[in-house]
Amino acid sequence: MSTATLPASNKSWLDRLPVISHLRMSSGLQRGMLVAGLALSGLFIVTALFAPLIAPFDFAQSSDASGDFPRQAAPDSKFIWGTTATGYDVFSRTLFGAQTAIWVILTAVVMSLFLGVLLGLISGYLGGWFDRIAVVLADAIYAFPSLLLAIVMSIVISQGQSSLFGGVMAAAISITVVFIPQYFRVVRAEVLRLKAEPFVESAQVIGASPWRVMFAHLLRNATRTLPLIFTLNATEALLTLAGLGFLGFGIEPTSASEWGYDLNRAMSDATSGIWWTGLFPGLAIVLTVMGLTLVGESMNDLNDPRLRRFSRKKAKRITQSGQVGANK
Amino acid sequence: MTITSPPGKEASPLATPKPAKQKGGGFLRYLITRFLLIIPTVFILITVVFFLMRVTGDPITAALGGRLTPDQLAQRIHEAGYDRPILIQYFEYLGQIFTGDLGRTMSDNRAVTEVLATYGAATLELAINAVLVALLVGIPLGLVAAKFRDRYPDAVLRILAILSYATPVFFAGLLLKLVFGVWLGWLPISGRADWQTELELTGLQSPSGIYWLDALRSGNSAAFWNVTEHAILPALALGLLTGGVFLRLVRTNAIGTLGREYVEAGRSRGVSEFRLTTKHAYRPALIPIITVMGLQIAMLLGGAVLTETTFEWSGLGFKLAEYLTARDFVAVQGIVVLLAIIVAVTNFIVDVLAALIDPRVRY
Repeated sequence: MSTATLPASNKSWLDRLPVISHLRMSSGLQRGMLVAGLALSGLFIVTALFAPLIAPFDFAQSSDASGDFPRQAAPDSKFIWGTTATGYDVFSRTLFGAQTAIWVILTAVVMSLFLGVLLGLISGYLGGWFDRIAVVLADAIYAFPSLLLAIVMSIVISQGQSSLFGGVMAAAISITVVFIPQYFRVVRAEVLRLKAEPFVESAQVIGASPWRVMFAHLLRNATRTLPLIFTLNATEALLTLAGLGFLGFGIEPTSASEWGYDLNRAMSDATSGIWWTGLFPGLAIVLTVMGLTLVGESMNDLNDPRLRRFSRKKAKRITQSGQVGANK
Repeated sequence: MTITSPPGKEASPLATPKPAKQKGGGFLRYLITRFLLIIPTVFILITVVFFLMRVTGDPITAALGGRLTPDQLAQRIHEAGYDRPILIQYFEYLGQIFTGDLGRTMSDNRAVTEVLATYGAATLELAINAVLVALLVGIPLGLVAAKFRDRYPDAVLRILAILSYATPVFFAGLLLKLVFGVWLGWLPISGRADWQTELELTGLQSPSGIYWLDALRSGNSAAFWNVTEHAILPALALGLLTGGVFLRLVRTNAIGTLGREYVEAGRSRGVSEFRLTTKHAYRPALIPIITVMGLQIAMLLGGAVLTETTFEWSGLGFKLAEYLTARDFVAVQGIVVLLAIIVAVTNFIVDVLAALIDPRVRY
């Protein structure tokens, strides 16, 4: 919005991409956080994409040409992160876990974004009894522990366990149900605010249909804050998936690798001092969530001029260019 | 919070003519309206959970599916009344809840209410311990971060707060277990007490189920230490992660109040920086913190389910996971309903506390 007053023509399209423009805007600690976040998120995505190429073994492989893998073997040259109680290679399982995670995150966030925005638009713009019911329902769901709701949903969808596709969908839908109220609330609040704006009224006066007003006029304006919720929800989706997996409600270990489930198995290993089965999947969760959170947080701060920090050099440049402009 | 936070049709000033009575009357009215609003929230959650659980089929097939012949199964379903129209079952379930009856569990045939009473105390104990840890860690560190805003301590604390958000509670538990339980051997890694102590404590007359309270009441210091030992790691795991949220909350709010004019006025009068931070800035920052804490209770309960499973802490969450594996959906439904009620009631208490502290909320 405010960028319209800046000399936009000087900037190439590359600089105006969200992440890159944020990177240029930042400095010092904020830039450090953003860069660290981007690096971790990038690592996560690369791992997910190339897991089959990087991993030495399959995620459910417990033997090769030379015989069965050792069980609970400590990290050595062949199994660099050791093996689990069932003889799976921890390194390979951790890598493949990224793949499962990214599938669930994308599916869940896209579905909840779509449904939440749609419901928020309709509810906010049309109002009436639909709005009342939707608000009450969304509020009740929002107040409830999200993990419990996800558990109930995963019972409904898959009766607990299932194949890769079924498991991913079950986890994703469970998470979606938890997230819809969040998008719904944000979009509805924005729509309610925008409804009173002159441009909506003029559209109505011209005779635009409610659908046209909603999707052509309101949608663009009501969804500006969503990218931030997007990163935050991606992390929450991952944590919910891990929680479900930890309680044994995820994806079966033979059909896909899932970090939360591996941690569940690792719990009994820890009692006898076996640290490698739990440490690596756990670190994978922590680093991925941290990466995404750092990106989300820094972008949030950078979008808010009050929280944005400039380096001294940059501040000087800005004030100088302001003076030059004033002199002309 | 949520639907209920703005007390919409509140007493207008005209309704209470006497200024002396205005305060008490307004608050009482707020209390009652706010209390009545619990009912729809709980009602909706019960309804949603009931229908969701029934969409998949009846609880008997789910629990005993593979183990009985179809004939036996059909007979059991008929006896329990699960073959009737779902609406009739729904209204019957509602009626049951009103009389305080949540049915009997499928897997071990206990009254659900009894299960709730037995294991609820353990969850309550864990939650209290965790909130204590979270407050002890979160508030002072949050004030430090606000005081040193954008400087070195703040940066470290912010990273720590993000780390505490990013760590799943079961992973934190695993690490704590490994370090303090297995490698250092300082603390026990599972359960709520040794079995001898547990026997002693449950054998007490009218036990509260909250072990350290029971141990204190019976004056059994050995049992008290044993219970405390067991409580430390779970409380740390759940408390530190919740503490990160508190830290951020306190930081943001204290930054807001530290910049106010009255703080500057205090400084010019020679009030010490320590006192400025802990009294002048902290007090008004407390109100939003208490409100958001209500929402945190819901998160804490979700975390408690995972913490209990991690440390084999025999509370509601631990039982919930057990019943889930046994596909005992009657028990699951009961626990979920109870948790829904707890969440609604805590939100009520939080709103009332906020109203007590800040009179503006009431009107």
